[in-house]
Amino acid sequence: MVTLVRAPPRCPTVVKKVVGVRVLAAMSGGVDSAVAAARAAEAGHDVTGVHLALARNPQTYRTGARGCCTLEDSRDARRAADVLGIPFYVWDMAERFQADVVDDFVAEYAAGRTPNPCLRCNEKIKFAAVLDRAVALGFDAVVTGHHARLGADGLLRRSVDLAKDQSYVLGVLTREQLSRSMFPLGDSTKTQVRAEATRRGLAVADKPDSHDICFVADGDTRGFLAQRLGATPGDVVDAGTGEVVGQHTGAYAYTVGQRRGLHLDRPAVDGRPRYVLSITPKTNTVTVGPAEALAVSQVQAERPVWIGGPRPAAPVECEVQLRAHGNVVPATVAVTGDGLRAELHQPVRGVAAGQAIVAYRPDPAGDIVLGSATIAA
Amino acid sequence: MAYLDHAATTPMLDVALEAYVATAREVGNASALHGAGRQARRRVEESRERVAAALGARPAEVIFTGGGTESDNLAVKGIFWARRSTEPRRTRVVSSAVEHHAVLDAVDWLAAQEGAEVSWLPVDALGRVTPQRLRAELAAAADQVAVITTMWASNEVGTVQPVAELAAVAAEHGVPLHTDAIQAVGQVAVDFAASGVSALTVTGHKLGGPAGVGALVLARDVAVTPLLHGGGQERDVRSGTLDTAGIVAFAVALETAVRHQREYAARVAALRDDLVARVRQAVPEAVLNGDPNDRLPGNAHFSFPGCEGDALLLLLDARGIACSTGSACSAGVAQPSHVLLAMGADSARARSSLRFTLGHTSTPEEVDALIAALPEAVDRARRAGSLRATR
Repeated sequence: MVTLVRAPPRCPTVVKKVVGVRVLAAMSGGVDSAVAAARAAEAGHDVTGVHLALARNPQTYRTGARGCCTLEDSRDARRAADVLGIPFYVWDMAERFQADVVDDFVAEYAAGRTPNPCLRCNEKIKFAAVLDRAVALGFDAVVTGHHARLGADGLLRRSVDLAKDQSYVLGVLTREQLSRSMFPLGDSTKTQVRAEATRRGLAVADKPDSHDICFVADGDTRGFLAQRLGATPGDVVDAGTGEVVGQHTGAYAYTVGQRRGLHLDRPAVDGRPRYVLSITPKTNTVTVGPAEALAVSQVQAERPVWIGGPRPAAPVECEVQLRAHGNVVPATVAVTGDGLRAELHQPVRGVAAGQAIVAYRPDPAGDIVLGSATIAA
Repeated sequence: MAYLDHAATTPMLDVALEAYVATAREVGNASALHGAGRQARRRVEESRERVAAALGARPAEVIFTGGGTESDNLAVKGIFWARRSTEPRRTRVVSSAVEHHAVLDAVDWLAAQEGAEVSWLPVDALGRVTPQRLRAELAAAADQVAVITTMWASNEVGTVQPVAELAAVAAEHGVPLHTDAIQAVGQVAVDFAASGVSALTVTGHKLGGPAGVGALVLARDVAVTPLLHGGGQERDVRSGTLDTAGIVAFAVALETAVRHQREYAARVAALRDDLVARVRQAVPEAVLNGDPNDRLPGNAHFSFPGCEGDALLLLLDARGIACSTGSACSAGVAQPSHVLLAMGADSARARSSLRFTLGHTSTPEEVDALIAALPEAVDRARRAGSLRATR
């Protein structure tokens, strides 16, 4: 939502109707951001396209569906801007991205947490570094192709396309950030967006969706971390017996709830599969146990952001989502000091520290994001 | 619109455009033996004579190419290969730290792929290569040098080099010197024979001709190994069907630009001086880069402290003013200019630079438009720049 507050014209005889505002469209080279830019332009805004160069040494071509950092993506974004008839530039954000997203990603894993880099990129790059620069340069807002609804009421809601909904990775944004953001795709399904891209003659209409982490080129997150953190062998311990049941080459490579790739030396006494229950960087230990031990019914989180209303004075009944594309469960959320605590009405497995908890209020016009925080334990 | 980016490309001269269209209507491969072929060949040879006459060269010394980058590559690689093959100890290339990428990257390629050793001549704070440095370099190991390549004038900061003096030093040691004169021809007096260089690059679209056509002027006693093999056109040095219309238009443009060079330079330099003075008035902290005296008439290159050049470019572009940050990589990300870094600027100053270049269509109104838009743009860009600084 963008507030249309403009200084009154100095000379009343030359009143020029302001149909829109100056907006900066972040164009990844994908279909969503291209259509979002098109819609902003069609709505009468003065749109400038910007492709963010995030990789220090960009690959020439996309491999599979990964990445948004290749030269090919940059060219695709430029072509989309050409078709839309809007100015287009490339902004070099590689240094910031490295520090705020990639290094943070590695540090979080090293600390035994499971970060969400897309969320961090929104929080620190797209709606911070880019938005701040845009505002300084005279733009009123940033437009992106995220699938989420942001109405005139200033509330952030889930996309109508629940399968593509990205409100979870936007839940970290503050009201201030949201007040200078536009998400023109929230009322459309991905299928509709692709059809519209075709109708508009955008060559990216059929481009595959991007998946995974854009800066892990081959999708091998464990290898990526091992390269940066080195091998630090340690024990895999059974939570029930306290016995060492295997070895790992770096606790950072594990995520709570993970089952595959544990390479345990001996099976569990009961013969049932074991999962990662916790990671303890201090002792470089990975603790494993049965599925039911994964179940969590209380979540502590820190650094909360309240965007759906004021900071709640009393516990709130709502729904919470604990990871991207994760299930949604009913919960009671209460403010505790400078953090929050969520009592989950049904236990959830695989809750990892470092991920976000996003609280929603169910609403027929799209579930409303109340706020978010970073899961601590 | 204010077009202040003539060093990137300048509008075609009407005479060149007319010559292009007229010639492009004619059929005939200049290598064909029939009447139509002879007619095309005649146009090419007349153009060669025009180019030669305008540049103080002989017609046989003019090799038409597909433009500046090709001419630079042909000169740097071709002379290196030819020289090394007759004298295998000559494996060294001497160049300057401020060359255009067409030379810089060709030299780097020779180093990476052909094992060439490279001496990069440093420049002073004004971007000048000095004959003393070249002399010192050659005194050490002239018998190992295959080729020297150093530009006539800087595409970025506009500094004009002492090419004749450099060529004289090269000649003392019997080493061929190539110069990229793309920015110089039509802007300053360029005479191939009088300069003493062995090879000179010139291109069409910087002087009112079409893009994609240029020439390498190559002294007859300098051997060059071809880059392109095929039909043996252009003395067997550059194969490929001749672009008759492009060559004709290029020659007409070059001849016209050279003929009018003095009055052009006087007019454009006066306009440029006005631009410089008014930019300094509007933005007192602005720093003019390059040689204040020996510089291209149309070039004004500034650093705007606290700003990033790409932010200024975006803001001025939104006001219809076209200028350049001077260098860009293939992804369009502005890199700090190697030229400014070589001149001793730090990375922040290098990033803060913006180039305004005037040309044959430039008007005082375009300068007015720049001055009208610049203070606000600098103000905004400085705000954006402070975000980076305070991070």
